[in-house]
Amino acid sequence: MLGGGILKGMAVTARNFVGSYFIQERMTTIQYPEERAPLPENYRNFPFLVFDGDDAHAGLRCVACQICEKECPPQCIYIVKSKDKKPDFVGKPQLYPATFDIDISVCMSCQICVEVCPFDAIKMDKVFELSRRERFDALLMQKAELAKSNEYYHQIHPTEATDVDAGLAAAAAAAAAKKKAVASPAPPTPPSNPNPA
Amino acid sequence: MTATLHELHEAPPRAMTSRLEGELLEVSLGPQHPSTHGVFRMNVALDGEIVRKLKPVFGYLHRNHEQIAESTSYLGSMPYTDRLDYFCSMTNNWAYALSVEKLAGIEVPERAEYLRVILAELTRLQNHVSLLGFLLSDMGAWGTPLMYAFREREKILGLLESLSGSRMMCDYMRFGGCRVDAGDDWISHAKKVVADFPRFLGEFEKLILENEIVINRTQEVGKLSAELAINAGLTGPILRASGVNYDLRKIDGYGFYPRFKFRVPLGDHGDCYDRLMMRALEMRESLNILKQAFDQLPGGPIMNPKVKIRAFKPPAGEAYGRIEGPKGELGFYLISDGAATPYRYRVRPPSFINLTVLEDMCLGHTVADVMVILGSIDIVMGEVDR
Amino acid sequence: MVSPEQIKARAETAVPGAKIEIIANGSPANQPSLLIDREHARTVVQFLRDDPALQLDFCSNVTGVDWLDRTATTKVKVKTLVDGEEKEIEQAQVETLPGYLEAVYHLYSMALKHGPVIVRIRTADRANAVHLPSLTPLYRSAEFQEREIYDLYGIRFDGHPDLRRILMWDEFVDHPMRKDYVPPDDFEYEPTPHDEVLARAKEHYTVRPSSDGAETLTAQA
Repeated sequence: MLGGGILKGMAVTARNFVGSYFIQERMTTIQYPEERAPLPENYRNFPFLVFDGDDAHAGLRCVACQICEKECPPQCIYIVKSKDKKPDFVGKPQLYPATFDIDISVCMSCQICVEVCPFDAIKMDKVFELSRRERFDALLMQKAELAKSNEYYHQIHPTEATDVDAGLAAAAAAAAAKKKAVASPAPPTPPSNPNPA
Repeated sequence: MTATLHELHEAPPRAMTSRLEGELLEVSLGPQHPSTHGVFRMNVALDGEIVRKLKPVFGYLHRNHEQIAESTSYLGSMPYTDRLDYFCSMTNNWAYALSVEKLAGIEVPERAEYLRVILAELTRLQNHVSLLGFLLSDMGAWGTPLMYAFREREKILGLLESLSGSRMMCDYMRFGGCRVDAGDDWISHAKKVVADFPRFLGEFEKLILENEIVINRTQEVGKLSAELAINAGLTGPILRASGVNYDLRKIDGYGFYPRFKFRVPLGDHGDCYDRLMMRALEMRESLNILKQAFDQLPGGPIMNPKVKIRAFKPPAGEAYGRIEGPKGELGFYLISDGAATPYRYRVRPPSFINLTVLEDMCLGHTVADVMVILGSIDIVMGEVDR
Repeated sequence: MVSPEQIKARAETAVPGAKIEIIANGSPANQPSLLIDREHARTVVQFLRDDPALQLDFCSNVTGVDWLDRTATTKVKVKTLVDGEEKEIEQAQVETLPGYLEAVYHLYSMALKHGPVIVRIRTADRANAVHLPSLTPLYRSAEFQEREIYDLYGIRFDGHPDLRRILMWDEFVDHPMRKDYVPPDDFEYEPTPHDEVLARAKEHYTVRPSSDGAETLTAQA
């Protein structure tokens, strides 16, 4: 019958139209600013720097090794090393970044910086409402803005953060045990070469 | 398989509208046109409504991806491959990872191979479903089928997001495995999405495949012979719509595809309707593969522990790896000179090469048919222009 | 699957005068290729396509490669007179190998389902003699890809029906994928100029572009 196919199609449209009022799986839209779709735990957007404790400066895990700066495919990270040193989580004196900038207008959220970081210092954030009125300096995230607490990290990526904490605690325990075993007050050797050429 | 419908609606080729006498009119279609799927332009010479000449113009999205890749590390190119065919970042990742694995001789753990198959087939589903929506949109079924298609696509994108962290720029695969393991929650969620999909597919097929307008607009439009399709290097569903049985999942047997039972749908007219049907039928087969893959999915590691993330340097040599992407044969040709950056990095973009015969298919048809033919080829400008 | 040695032998008997060389491939991929001389390339490839035992009907990938001039240092033992006595001395000989452009074709057979047979053709040099025979008359799939090679590498394919730039615009002069390509000195403002970017930034900008003042409005609100 000519037109039968069209009528069949219209039946489908009618079912979808009526269904969109009653059947949950056909009601797909949400009213965005008021309602929000839940973000999956693995969601990633732009990187941030993790610090332990309350002090963003003292607890910052980053030791300014510049591996992420080198590996970043679009080259959006800029790091300047500090002149002095501060103790890291096991108490070894380490450098810290005097400047740590991420140009999020360039960043493409690939999380290669997270994968190459040997210190679990840089992780992916979930904040996505980042629109600015100016497209250059306003989209440059600086160290103060990037540094976020470990509690925040636990909030956004609970499973991953617990794993990271366990790994760091194990490393700290191993370092403490090593210190005890050596017993002599030899200066602690730096861990795996933090600054390869 | 499409014969029954063809027989139902056996109609003579559509009569061409009467020709206007006079000189040819040159029209530039695109680059800013909703039916050109991005910034694609065609210079068309028209005789009335009939296309007499058609020259595609490329390069509006050209960013020299290959040169960028030749100046960055092997791993650093992985996120850039997401941006080639931004509908199918998973298959792009896989093709690149496969080529590098060939180049460096890297083994991939079993679970990672299964996850790759699952994600590639999910990608194929969402690519084909959105293509059908776009194609109908090009034909003038404005909005409705596309929104139905996007509703289902969104479910699959949600799966990709909850696994890889991003809906479209997945950046999921690594040389020698995958980045994140799929938990049990994810697997059960994915199984549910796959189980629900056939219902939608049935509905969608009812909506379009017997629709008289769709049939009139697509049957006998843009016919392509098997000989020309092979000679012009077409691959993917558009080659198989011309009746050539060439599916790299069967031919090369990469990944674990030989372990799965699935059929390769073939068309016998090589027109737009067959190309449209090809997508619908391939989705059914993808669902089959997915079901088998979920049943067989083994445990174990997902990364080859021998592969270094940093300072990855494959031995000097070259390799060409290819997979059956949703749009056709997606290949990566790599030459290594032993350094950390590839000496030569080449993408074989299926949608670019599939455009070779656009002119041959469009000649003698009307301008409105050009949009249908272009839509049935399935191009993404991120891949065409690179 | 036919081995490259067999293909070479068959092609050389079928096309008299053709010079075919097998290029080994050091990677685990184990994909050796056939280097065919320019004059006979099209006839040889036509033979490969039409030969019933090969039937390489599908030309999948066509690409260009740029090989710069290289210097190879080889140590040669030379007999010289040192203090009236003949001695063997190792001397480093620096040899300049001229660069060339290369077109690489990956051929498969859809009929017999085998491949790839990789064919390479090389130009005489990188400057003037950059002509190669086009394979587009044999394979339509090479049409756009050879245009792309012409555009990005500058190889001129003789016999190509429509050799124009494809990705770059028509007025563009250089070939951007060549290894010695120098990108034009145009600069986009970056908020974190440092090192060489800073030096270039100084040349191009004297002051940072001022913002429109809107962010101070939002800050107050």
